[in-house]
Amino acid sequence: MKNESLKNPAERDARVGGFTADASNRGAWKAGKSFLLFILAFLYIVPVIVLFLTSFKTQIQIMEKGFGWFFMPTLMNYSNVLLEQGFLRYMTNSLIVGLASTFVTLLIGGFASYALVRFNFFGKGTISFGTLLLRMIPPAVLVVPIYVLWSYFGLADTLLGLVIIYVGLNLPFTIWVLISFIADVPVELEEAAVVDGCGPWRIFFTIILPLIKPGLAAAAIFTFRIAWNEFILALVLTNRVTRTLPVATTIYLTDTGVEWGNITAMGTLVALPAIIFTFFAAKQLIAGLTAGAVKG
Amino acid sequence: MGNKGLFKGITPYLFVAPAVLVLAFTCLYPVIKGFELSFYDWSLGTPIESRKYIGWENFVWAWQDPALFNSIKVTLIFAAFAVTAELFLGLLIAFLLEKGIKGIAVLRTVFIIPIMIAPVVVGLLWRYLFDANFGLINHIVSLFGFEPIVWLGTPGLALPAIIITDIWQWTPFMFILFLAGLQSLPKDPVEAAQVDGATTWQVIRQVKLPLLAPVIWVAVILRIIDAFRSLEVMFIMTFGGPGRETEVLSLNIYKTAFMSQRLGLAAVNSIFLLAFIILLSVAFLIIARPALSRK
Repeated sequence: MKNESLKNPAERDARVGGFTADASNRGAWKAGKSFLLFILAFLYIVPVIVLFLTSFKTQIQIMEKGFGWFFMPTLMNYSNVLLEQGFLRYMTNSLIVGLASTFVTLLIGGFASYALVRFNFFGKGTISFGTLLLRMIPPAVLVVPIYVLWSYFGLADTLLGLVIIYVGLNLPFTIWVLISFIADVPVELEEAAVVDGCGPWRIFFTIILPLIKPGLAAAAIFTFRIAWNEFILALVLTNRVTRTLPVATTIYLTDTGVEWGNITAMGTLVALPAIIFTFFAAKQLIAGLTAGAVKG
Repeated sequence: MGNKGLFKGITPYLFVAPAVLVLAFTCLYPVIKGFELSFYDWSLGTPIESRKYIGWENFVWAWQDPALFNSIKVTLIFAAFAVTAELFLGLLIAFLLEKGIKGIAVLRTVFIIPIMIAPVVVGLLWRYLFDANFGLINHIVSLFGFEPIVWLGTPGLALPAIIITDIWQWTPFMFILFLAGLQSLPKDPVEAAQVDGATTWQVIRQVKLPLLAPVIWVAVILRIIDAFRSLEVMFIMTFGGPGRETEVLSLNIYKTAFMSQRLGLAAVNSIFLLAFIILLSVAFLIIARPALSRK
């Protein structure tokens, strides 16, 4: 019944129009689905819009009775956030930490994945199983010993210290994703390269890396996301100078009385790259989310 | 698979060495260090020489600590309710929207936003929505003529509010995995069942769900582990309050170390969290193995 419905032209009309005059069962079913789709999209877009709108309101507009959907927008919250609180420095910190940890994670994660897929060596099983296990460690388990160790090594309050821990946190996922992509590369290419006298490093850089670009893109997005969004380790491992954006955001919350205008402006600025990314790279994001789980 | 004999000797080790070294330094070594720390009495901010070896005293303390057991209880309730709801909602939406309908691409895009934005932003967004005075939720409540509700400050309401936030944030993850799983199912068994006159419900129950089982298991495992890791949303929305009602284990560790300044005790609580994660992972791998190996 479902099968034939796909070929039925009336069905297609129903799909385009949502409703048709002919109130068949299938039409109602389709309409119900569209309604569900609408409700879901509504539930997900409204909170984001509320955040966005509030960031353009004055304190008085925020305190009004009832949520105002139409109002005279102000840029005051943004100028507060951008000019007064060292925002640009914190954003630079977040960018440096995000980009550096993403680059290093992809590079050494790529090396490791290549070896785990293509080479047979003593300890291989232990390494791949160990990597899987490490993926599950909660940051909260690490926060106390990392704080002690990083203070001891002089890595606390430095961006380098943050980069190192983020590389460690992201490696297991990156290796997991890249393994499935490298396994799909036909091995004949590498065998031919070996015959031509290529060494393993050259093969990795000139053959493997270009062929697993989609995997690298997916892994890069997720690694950068963790580094950009991570909170608890950054809270403990940074100071006034090396703070990242998520930590800076919470400053407004600890003050007496929450300044919703400023904090929603800050939240919007922190979330903006992720939202833009989402609209441009939804496909890669879904590939990254489902890699490993569905692909196997 | 692959040219196993291609490069021998030291080359494979050179390839894995950087990753292994970083993982050892950032994950393995700190965990071991955490075990060592758990035997010391050491206040945050004092020099390392001032710490005192006290044997199992921290463990004895932790064992009698109502705050630790409370936080374990809160974590279990949070994980159980949130993941169960996300699983069923995710399955329901995936099955309802499985057959391509217009707008599914838009929905998928909108659905990824809560996964991508910082948990800190999700926390402050929902803290604002649940805000007693200015929140959208209380505005809606007042439209129906009810008094405003102090969601995040009332015992019995704060944890449900946080669970709702988690469901909002993570149901899309389940849905995306299940939809991808459904779309990669083999066509033959489904068509065969339809030819035999099976109803839609029978096809879902007896053909699609069993075939989807490996994906479901993976999704549930990942989400439970994530639920045990989450802390930002509670940190921002309630900071564990009212009282300790929303103080999950991760938050308990942070507070013990950086508010109460007891590093040794926090290390013990970290071991509890780690033990839970390992237990959960092993249990689920054992339960899920039949489903996984069928793949």
